[in-house]
Amino acid sequence: MTPILQLRAVKAFYGQSEVLHGIDIAVERGGMTVLLGANGAGKTTALRAICGTVRREGEIIFSEHRLNGRSTEQIARLGIAHVPEGRGTFVGLTVEENLRLGAYTCTGTPHENMQRMYAYFPILAERRRQQAGALSGGEQQMLAIARALMMSPQLLLLDEPSFGLAPLVVESIFALVERIRREHRVSVLLVEQNASLALEFADRAYLIETGYVVSSGSAKALADDPQIRRSYLGY
Amino acid sequence: MHQLLQQIFSGLAAGAIYASLALALVMIYRATNLVNFAQGEMAMFSTYIAWTLVNAGLPFWGAFLITLAVSFLGGMAIERIVIRPVENAPILAAVVVTIGLLLIFNSLAGWIYSYTLQEFPSPFPDRPLFGALMTTRDIGVIAVTLVVLAVLFCFFRFTTTGLAMRAAAQNPESARLCGIHVGRMLAIGWGLAAAIGAVAGIMVAPALFLDPNMMSGVLLYAFTGALLGGITSPVGAVIGGLIVGVTENLVGTYLIASQLKFTVALILIILVLLFRPNGLFGTAIVRRV
Amino acid sequence: MSESLPVGAAGKLAPIRASVPNAAKVRWPCNWPWNWPWNWPWRWLAGAALIALAVVLPFALSNYHVFTLTQVMIYAIAVLGLNILTGYNGQISLGHGGFFAAGAYTAAILMHRYGVPYWATLPPAGLICFVLGVLFGLPALRFEGPYLALVTLAMAVAMPQLLKYFDTWTGGQQGIVLVKPLPPPGLGLDRDRWLYFFVLAVLLLAMRLAANLLNGRTGRALVAIRDHPIAAVAMGINTPRYKTLAFGASTLFTGVAGALAAIVVGFVAPESFSLFLSLSFLVGSAVGGIATIGGAIVGGFFIESVPNLANDVSDAAPWAIYGLAMLLFMYLMPRGLVGTLGPWFVHAMRKFRSARGAPK
Repeated sequence: MTPILQLRAVKAFYGQSEVLHGIDIAVERGGMTVLLGANGAGKTTALRAICGTVRREGEIIFSEHRLNGRSTEQIARLGIAHVPEGRGTFVGLTVEENLRLGAYTCTGTPHENMQRMYAYFPILAERRRQQAGALSGGEQQMLAIARALMMSPQLLLLDEPSFGLAPLVVESIFALVERIRREHRVSVLLVEQNASLALEFADRAYLIETGYVVSSGSAKALADDPQIRRSYLGY
Repeated sequence: MHQLLQQIFSGLAAGAIYASLALALVMIYRATNLVNFAQGEMAMFSTYIAWTLVNAGLPFWGAFLITLAVSFLGGMAIERIVIRPVENAPILAAVVVTIGLLLIFNSLAGWIYSYTLQEFPSPFPDRPLFGALMTTRDIGVIAVTLVVLAVLFCFFRFTTTGLAMRAAAQNPESARLCGIHVGRMLAIGWGLAAAIGAVAGIMVAPALFLDPNMMSGVLLYAFTGALLGGITSPVGAVIGGLIVGVTENLVGTYLIASQLKFTVALILIILVLLFRPNGLFGTAIVRRV
Repeated sequence: MSESLPVGAAGKLAPIRASVPNAAKVRWPCNWPWNWPWNWPWRWLAGAALIALAVVLPFALSNYHVFTLTQVMIYAIAVLGLNILTGYNGQISLGHGGFFAAGAYTAAILMHRYGVPYWATLPPAGLICFVLGVLFGLPALRFEGPYLALVTLAMAVAMPQLLKYFDTWTGGQQGIVLVKPLPPPGLGLDRDRWLYFFVLAVLLLAMRLAANLLNGRTGRALVAIRDHPIAAVAMGINTPRYKTLAFGASTLFTGVAGALAAIVVGFVAPESFSLFLSLSFLVGSAVGGIATIGGAIVGGFFIESVPNLANDVSDAAPWAIYGLAMLLFMYLMPRGLVGTLGPWFVHAMRKFRSARGAPK
């Protein structure tokens, strides 16, 4: 089966500096792929390259669509939902308004999707009329994921969902993402620094170091690899 | 006492106009971090369009609505054509572009319509009410302003486009990720601001008489009102505009002759701002290191 | 990674920019001339050539053109003041027309009422405007961005009205008519050309002073405050002192320019110092390059010449042409002429030098 997302020889630039030096990544349909690596390796940049938020070169193919020349809004409309680093919630708007915005690209009322999100994240239902900025870190992360899911995406890009969150909260979020992936057959591309947890849930993994893919394979293979265990898993 | 109330009411009527223009300034500032120096001249030009339509025989409110529509489209066009090239440039470049626009509109109006003062009809008869406490014209101006504000409030609070515009102004990056076309939202914002400015111009023209320099004073008051209320707060813009209108009137009546009245009012307002340097309702710019 | 620190020939740390890969391709930010290599002979040659041109020019032009050039230089000094405040220190000012007026009227009143010779009015005008600037700078510490613009706007708006109000001193609406100064005997210069050289001398002095101020510790502190105020405070920079100093220095320059204007034009009236003058200075700053010294001259040219040229282009709507010129300038060179061409020029000279094999 062809992968739902494929990056071939993709380079990304911040201004004049080349940050990604030609990477190849594939995400299987319905699977979860994780990008691992240290700070500044280029993982977030890879997600930004997919969404068109940074200048990029190379081939990016999503479900038979070429993403290269498209703007970020067009890419979102194709069915790619990006939960950015730092969550990117609209802190001045209420929880409900944030969710409504998630469904901006969908025709029809967002009511059904919103009820589904409230079922997955009951805490959001409780706080639906509160300003998003007043939510805790974990709640904001849930809101960000819920907002992304409101558009019933085919591909979900998750950037460091564990950032700044307590371990228990992180585990519950990962479990939820896994459940959603299975129930709705959403493909997930995950960027994480918390390698051990990510490798538990993912199918495939890529290891990125200063803009190059240095290792790739199934998640289990990378988890068992002694080199990676020493460098990134701490044992 | 009677005179005080009278001055307060006529101050509120003037303040309603400042509030409208202040709201236009705040809308554009929230979306683009830019103070549109040309807002007054754009409003003046719209008023001339309304004047032309009325002189051609259209009924007042018909001309009013057509002018609003034309101003909306014009504002959108200006954002796309004139402002778009400098949207990623340093903010000073955009400021200079608005100053250039100011000159262009002022000069064009003078060229097309000449600099002689023109009379502009008011839809409200100028009759005193409640024992000369206020006039029907003042009530009319305040009422129109309130209607415009109510329409805007409903637009931003209850429609999807309004929500998208608020989102695009707050966080353009995330808005794009939701599929919102931020450029289009900016253009709509400019269009709305231009339409609101047109309302302000049409409401003030009967009193000030129509000429290309009609709005320059109004713009200064509106700018002051917007900042007094907090440049990031639409509610603040309205309240700030009203306060400026009343203050200007009271200062002019009780403190000092008309020449220095704006200076004194401005100094009073700056003293207030010293205690609240982000305006009465403005939010502080939180800086994260 | 395992790169060692870049060390130069004398064992001292080499400038960081030399070790950045693709340094030549990086577009430097607007605060040129930080990266202008001072050890070029080119710079001295270029400067000398320009000064020579400036000295010779008035003898080749008519009286009217000499007067126009003198006005250009006066505006350049005023815009230089604004560049110090808004460009290098990031504090916006819409009020410099007011400080210009303060300097002009100080000079006018001293000459008219007290018979002070024209050249002696410059220091008092500068001093008074410096004090005014510091007084303005103090409350300005509380405000940022558009709020600061409003506070300075008060200066621009209040000035003409105050000038009309205190008419016993200022001559009110009519203003003050001054006698244009006589050139010193024996130089063989007529009045216009003498004033041209007088203003030229002040301009060169002003540019030298500005360069000294801005290229040393003070300038770096100002730029640090502009670019990252929190980091500046954390580094121990006394932000209130520098911000107030920047205000004072800025208004000093503009005030002296105003005094020169009074001397050269021979007439002051409140109408000449409207809010539009303040906006013109801002436009001149932007067109030349807000954080540059040389850009002030370009700005001066723009403010003085373009309205006149616009009149030639279109009789009916000259200000529209002026506005259009502003738009076009900002589209083509959003960082101003010197702000855009400066870094490009530095980059080109670097490539030239490295192509010739000279050490960087």
